[in-house]
Order: sequence, then C-alpha cells, then structure tokens
Amino acid sequence: MSDTLTTDVTDEHTDHHPSDRHYVNIAIALALITGLEVGTYYLDLPSVALLIVLFVLMGIKFFLVASQFMHLKFDSAILSRIFYGGLFLAVIVYTVALSTFRLFNLF
Amino acid sequence: MTEIGLTPAEAQAAALEQASGARIAATEADGHITSTGLTNEKLGMWVFLGSECLLFGGLISTYLLYKHNNQAGGPLPHELYDIPFTSISSFVLLMSSLTMVLAVGAAARGDGPKLRTWLLTTALLGSVFISGQVYEFQSFVKEGMGFTTNSASSAFYTLTGFHGVHVTVGIIMLISVAVLSWRGRIPKERAESVEIVGLYWHFVDVVWIIIFTVVYLIK
Amino acid sequence: MALTTPDSGPLALPPGERTVENPLGLFARPRTKTGWRSWVSTVDHKKIGIMYGAAAMFFFLIGGIEALIIRLQLAAPDGKLVSADLYNQLFTMHGTTMVFLVVMPIGAAFMNYLIPLQVGARDVAFPRLNAFGFWSFLCGGIVLNSAWLLGGGADGGWFNYAPNNGVTYSPTHGIDFWNMGLLITGIASLTGAINLIVTCLNMRAPGMTLMKMPVFTWMGLVTQFLLLFAIPVLTAAQFLLMFDRLFNANFFRVESGADPLLWENLFWIFGHPEVYIMILPAFGVVSEVIPVFSRKPIFGYQFMVFSGIAIGFMGWGVWAHHMFVSGIGPISVAAFSVSTMFIAVPTGVKILNWLATMWGGKLRLTTAMLFAIGLVGMFTIGGLSGVTHAVAPSDTQQTDTYYIVAHFHYVLFGGAFLGFLGGMYFWWPKAFGYMLHEGFGKLHFWLILIGFNLTFGPMHILGLQGMPRRTYTYKDGYGFNFWNMVSTIGAFTIAASMLIFAFNILYSWRKAKAAKLSVPADPWDGRSLEWMVASPTPAHNFDEIPVVRTLDDFWHRKYGENEAGKLVRIAATEDVIQDGSNTDVHLPSPSYWPLVLAAGLPFIAWGLIFNLWLCVLGGAMVIAALYGWVMEPSVDDEAPHDHGDDHDGGDHGDDEAAAEIEDAEPSGEAEEALVD
Repeated sequence: MSDTLTTDVTDEHTDHHPSDRHYVNIAIALALITGLEVGTYYLDLPSVALLIVLFVLMGIKFFLVASQFMHLKFDSAILSRIFYGGLFLAVIVYTVALSTFRLFNLF
Repeated sequence: MTEIGLTPAEAQAAALEQASGARIAATEADGHITSTGLTNEKLGMWVFLGSECLLFGGLISTYLLYKHNNQAGGPLPHELYDIPFTSISSFVLLMSSLTMVLAVGAAARGDGPKLRTWLLTTALLGSVFISGQVYEFQSFVKEGMGFTTNSASSAFYTLTGFHGVHVTVGIIMLISVAVLSWRGRIPKERAESVEIVGLYWHFVDVVWIIIFTVVYLIK
Repeated sequence: MALTTPDSGPLALPPGERTVENPLGLFARPRTKTGWRSWVSTVDHKKIGIMYGAAAMFFFLIGGIEALIIRLQLAAPDGKLVSADLYNQLFTMHGTTMVFLVVMPIGAAFMNYLIPLQVGARDVAFPRLNAFGFWSFLCGGIVLNSAWLLGGGADGGWFNYAPNNGVTYSPTHGIDFWNMGLLITGIASLTGAINLIVTCLNMRAPGMTLMKMPVFTWMGLVTQFLLLFAIPVLTAAQFLLMFDRLFNANFFRVESGADPLLWENLFWIFGHPEVYIMILPAFGVVSEVIPVFSRKPIFGYQFMVFSGIAIGFMGWGVWAHHMFVSGIGPISVAAFSVSTMFIAVPTGVKILNWLATMWGGKLRLTTAMLFAIGLVGMFTIGGLSGVTHAVAPSDTQQTDTYYIVAHFHYVLFGGAFLGFLGGMYFWWPKAFGYMLHEGFGKLHFWLILIGFNLTFGPMHILGLQGMPRRTYTYKDGYGFNFWNMVSTIGAFTIAASMLIFAFNILYSWRKAKAAKLSVPADPWDGRSLEWMVASPTPAHNFDEIPVVRTLDDFWHRKYGENEAGKLVRIAATEDVIQDGSNTDVHLPSPSYWPLVLAAGLPFIAWGLIFNLWLCVLGGAMVIAALYGWVMEPSVDDEAPHDHGDDHDGGDHGDDEAAAEIEDAEPSGEAEEALVD
C-alpha cells in the first residue's frame, strides 16, 4: 500500500480542519439528539408522526457523522457521490422490495 | 496535422491554475499524481463503504420484514428490548466516534502519545459497546429468545451480530494502529492511514445510528 | 536443517536467479520473474488477467461437458442417460459454472488486462489485492466443483430458490457447496470492483479525462460499479441461507412462517444487475473491435458511454421481472413490466451505433470482426425475445419454458461469449506475442455460429410449444422430439468448434515458436493506447506514460486529416510506438500473501460444511496472511534493481508539461460520471 503523502495533504487538513472543540460540539449535538430519540419512546405519539420524527432525527445524526466526522463535506465531491449513491440505491431498492411484500400497507 | 487538444503551454497553464486551487495533490509512493487528487487508499475505503450500504440494507430489510414474525413461537425482539440500556450503549458508540476524530487530529499533528491515547480510548469504548451487546443478547436468550427461536429473532441476531463483528474488526484495527504508532511507524506523513481506519469506524457507528432507530425505537 | 531453496527439482529457482540466503529460504519474499513461482506470486495485472482467462476456459470445459450430458439426455424422449436427481445437479452446476466461473471471469480477464493499459497506467491501484481476487475466484470455483467429489453437485437451480434450498427439501450438501463457493467468488468480485474503480478514477494518464477513456474502459467502469453494489445483496442472501442450513435459523423455513419470496427478491436484486455485469464488458470489447475493422471511430461515443451508464442505472429497477408468476401482485407486476420495456432503449442505442460505425466504413472481416458482428446479430435476437418477456401477460406463458432458455442463451452465449471470443482473437497478439491463425479462426467462427443457432434457435419453438425447463425428460407424442435432436446436434457442433479453437491456439503457438516469429506492437492498426506498446506487453507497460490529448489518442498520433477531411498518415507506426526498452521502472513487487489468504477460505468453507476444526486451520491461514500482507511493504526495497532510483519518475517527462486537465461533466445524473 502506498505510504507517502506530500505535506500538502496535512497542510490542507489543518487549514480547514475543524478544531477539536468543533468536534466536541458535534458530539454534544449527537448526544442531545439521541436523548430526544429515546424520549420519543416514552411519548404516545400517533405512529406516523413518530416515524417522521424518528427518521428526521436519525437522518440528522447520520449526516452529522458522515459530513463532519467522516469529513465528507470538506472532501472531494466524488466521495460523496459514491457513498451517498450507494446509500440512495440501497434505500430505493430495498423500499421497493419491501413494498412488494405489502409491508407498508399501501395496497 | 490536425491538433486536437491543448498545446503544452496551454496545458501547463491549466495545470498551474488547477494546482493553485483547492485541490489536494496526493502523491503515490512511485511519484504519480492521482487523477482525482485523492489517494488510492482513501478512495478505495469510500468505495468499499458504498458497497457496505447494500449489505446492511439487505439485513435491515430482512429484519423489517420479520420483526413481527414469531410463528415458530417464543417472544419477539421488541417485547424484550431494554431501551434505557441500549440507549447507553448507543451513546457510548457515538462518543467513540468523537474520540476517533480526536485521534485523527492527533495523527495529523504528529502527536504520537495523544494519537495512541485516543485510539485506545476508542477501542475501549467500542469494547464497552460490544460487552453491552453480549450482555443484552445473553439476557434475551435467558428470556427465551435465541437465534433459532423464530424468524424475528434470527433476523435480529443476524443484523446486530453482523454489526458487532464489524465493530470487533474495527477494534482490532484500532489496537493494531496503536501498536504500530508505538513502534514509530505512524509519523505525521502517514496520518492518512489513521483517517482511513477512522472512516471505517465512523461508518460502523453510522450503521448503528440507523439500527438503533429502525430496530429498537420504531415499534 | 535450514529451509533453504534447493538447487534442483521443482522448487529450484530458475537459472540465473540469485540464491536466497535466509534460514526460512522457502518463505522469503519471491523475486523470480520466470517460472511457476512468478505466476503464483505475481501482482502484475496482465498475468492476473491471463490467469483469469485460462481458469475461465477450464471451467468452460466443465460447464460444457455438463451441457453436453444434458443435451444427450434430452436428445430423444424418455431419456435414460441420467436420473432426475443427477439431471437437477447438471443443469444447476452448468448454469452456476457458466455464469460465475466462465462469463464473469472472462470479463474480469479482459478488464484486468486492458484497463490499466487503456488508461495509460502501469498497473491497477492495488496490485496485491488484484492477485488475491484471482486466487479467491479460483478457490471459490474449486469449492463449488468439489461438490461433485463430495456427495453431489448443487441441485436447486443456479438461482437456488427457497424453500427448496433449505435442509428440509435439499438435505445433501450440494447447496452448501454452492453457497460457500459463491460467497468466496463474491469476495473476489467485490475486491476486484474496488480495485478497478479506483484505477479508472485515480490512475489515468495525464490528459485522459473520463470522456477520453475508451468505450471498453467505460463499460468496465460501469460493470465494476454494478458489481460493487450487487454482490453485497447476494452476500446477504447467502449468509441468511447459510444460517438457515447450518445453524437452524428461520429466514426461509416455511414451517416457521418465513417468506420464501425474501430469497427471490434478494437474489434477483443481485441477479438482474448480474446479467448486465456479464454483457457490458462484451459490449465494450465489440466497441473496440468494430471501429478498428471499420477504419472509423465509434459512432456516437458519448451515446455509447451514456447508454452504458443508463443500463447500469436502469438495471436496478427491473429485477422482479424474474418474479412475474411468484405472486407479487398486479401492481408490482405492472410496474416492473414497464420498467423492463424501457431498458431495451439504451441497448438499442448501442446496437444502432455499432451498425452506424460499420456503415460507410472500410470493413476488414477478420475473425475478431466476425465475432463482433456475431454479437450484434445474436444479441439483437436475444434482446427481441427479451422484450416479449417484458410484457407480463405473455411472460406468464413463456416463463419456465424453453423460450426463456433460448432468450438467455442468445444474449449470454450469442452475445457475451461470442463477443469475448472476438476479443481473444483481437488481443491475443498483444498478450502473447503471436497471432492466432485466421483461417482456423474463421472456421471456428462459422462452425460455432451454426452450432449455436442450431442449439438454441429451436428452443424458441419448443418453449412456445410448451416444453418446460428443468425437467429431466419429456414423453413421446408432444412434438418435442425433432427440435430437441436438432438442438443436441447443435451442441456437439459447438463442442467441435471449440476444439478447433484449442487446436488453433496450439498450432499458432507452435508455429510462432518454431519460426521464431514475433508480432508488431500494432498488428491491426488499432486506436487505443494498448497498441502503443510492444507485443507481448512489457512488464512495465509503458516506457513513458503518454500524455493524452484526445479520444483514440494513439490513432491520432498515426493519422490526421488533410484539408479535404480525408484520413492521412502523419507518422509511421514504428515512430509512434514504444518498444519496451525502458526497464528502469520500479514495479510493485510480487507476493505470496494474496495466495495464502485466498487459500485459507476454502478450508473455512469445507470446515463449515464438514468439521469446524478445518475452520480453525483456514482462519489461522487467513489471519496470518492478513498480518503478513499488511506488514509487507508493497515494493520490496531489497529486490535487485537494474539501475538507480527512479522514484521521481524519469518516465514522467511529459507530466510536468501537461498535468491534470479535466472537463466539466455535462450532467450530474450518473453515479459513475464522476469528474471534478
């Protein structure tokens, strides 16, 4: 495996590399959102509303980790396209498959 | 002769313009500049993670299909969940992503001791998560839900088991990198290898973010 | 006794090689460039490509014999050659072998050999991973076929539906071998996909934007993305099956209330992209061959690229057309019927573009060209029957009959296999340094074309007359007798033609050796970069990495246009090619670890089936190999090196003059159209 990098990479990294403080803030946000998610478990929301709330919260956490911790937001667009492409494909394909099982009670 | 394309002078000008942009010039060991500016290894890891979405998607879908299916008898997973306990496990894994990112930062600064501290902390948090999983599984088994009990249980254990194996592989990688760092093999120039391990670790965390919501919280 | 390398016998180093002084002499890092060690430890994409091809042809022999036995059984009514049970094993193993161990690896052979050359690189992104991919493919194929020796082949059909694939209805181990073997080959495909995607995206020569890559490379890139995303779905399904069969899980057990359609969905979500995985590389081959032998550039390059990408995308939206009669309900059936009709469009675009390339061109009907035209013709026929399947009501009559068998053999044999044979004739001189005899080649072509049509043409009729698939015999009086006999005769004609192919190889090789013939770099007057290097390709590929200014850059170095727009020669081929003399290039070093890692996998597989202690052995090999691999540097600094250090790339003269120039991509819709 290749093992040399120009110093450009690390310079680039530290240039727009978010500080440790920034990451701690993200982590706090993630913890709070998790708390909210767990909170919904004890509320008696109608199921559709619950689903929406949970999926939104889950989505926020997902994108926070992917774009910040995994650095996707600051890296080359190719990486985002490949990763989100795979994710998007998985969601679509499996949703369609599950719907043929009439899982979503739509028809 | 028909000239198609740029003259050398034009090409050089374009190259200079490009190099002064935000592109990262990553150089491989043999001196080649890569076409995208990313190293092969980093691009390769992201490509791999893209494929993992399909693998976990399949296992999650299987669980969604079977989550209410206990025709073979025995309890369903969602009857046995201990949400407070699992919330704590989830929190632990989330925090391990933070320590991972701090490790990557330390590697980029060439700070060996900090790097090893954060790597081992991440591995420790991951191990706490796995211990929690093991404890959880054992209590489910005691309550009558084993791997073979019914379709829902098989699906539950397979999905969480696959995830657990991925976490375990990650822990092994983290410890290996920490050992390599201790042997002086991870200087500042090799910081990217820590980043790449980090990408894998964050992905494993992100999969759990999905599993926690979809499997545990949605009734 | 120290384990030193002996001086004689099969373990001796080739003459002239430095003796290795090392107490663990036999386990020292390999350095030989010749002999069997150099193949077993190679990380060179060209050697790996050749091994993929050779292994695939070996499995073709096995799958072909399985086919001939099937045809002998069905030649006449009330066949008594094989039992129903053995017949089930035969068609299952035939299909599985041909799909996973023949067509896919031949595609891999071409893609591995050509993609680095066509993008102007010296090797793929991860050479050792590439070697691992080949060895694990081979191990997977061995595990699958070991079933024949260990209790009988898999017998559930290549698609292996639940609940038949469970222990209740298939208690023998055949299906376990299917499962394990294909899990291992799946690992090979996935690692290969990661490798080639990174290679295409990251290792192109200076000036080679994505829209200057040859069509073959583009089709290869789309194929690799399909593999990347489809293989994990099959892997998931196979783990579920493994857990059911080995550990009593409840994914497909009807007794536990499981839903067999889960298997069908997962399998076909993989299975449909799989067929595009099989055909796209052949489309790529043909897109290279036809322009060269029409002396015209490919018609509508951008359409060829985008239609390939479109096929890649749309291929994900049609899988349930394999499930029209599985009870998925009218809405699903209608939706998938419509999406399936649409997918004919991009393929039609390709057919038209190939025809338009030939139209008005100066055609040379070499063997390679004949095979390429054969693909165009035969695939069109297969595609047309495919369109009839898309119409769900008519498919309800056609499904599970020989009409379907006709369809997929026309597209896979008449399409992919004929295309690949053409590719072999085309690139044989580049890979091996001698030409295949044209006369025997043409005999091969005509015989196989006739034999193929005799074999599978009548199956359209038989299917529409109601002859069902996967049945070991048929009774007299149904009207099936005549065409079945014709079909069997056709099958043996195919066999004869492949014997001629084998003979051609041997004959041409011997002739070239005896007369010490060599072949020029560019025997066909080619268009793409692989024709710029000597034949056979030097180990280091290019003396100097070329700077690419245009599509078909090599062609444009030889030819330009005069004021009247006519083609004129602007340089002699000898002045444009590279003769391979720059051996100063530091290449990735050979390694045994990929082989060791791959070899651990069958032991895990057999262990899971028979005895868990074998898993321990296999697991130990895997772990040892992983650590050995990771600890081993990719380039062996202690290896003997011809002249000084060239890490700064004395071969990069042009690079500074023309670094990265990337066009803006017109549209962002395609997941594979990734350009910054």
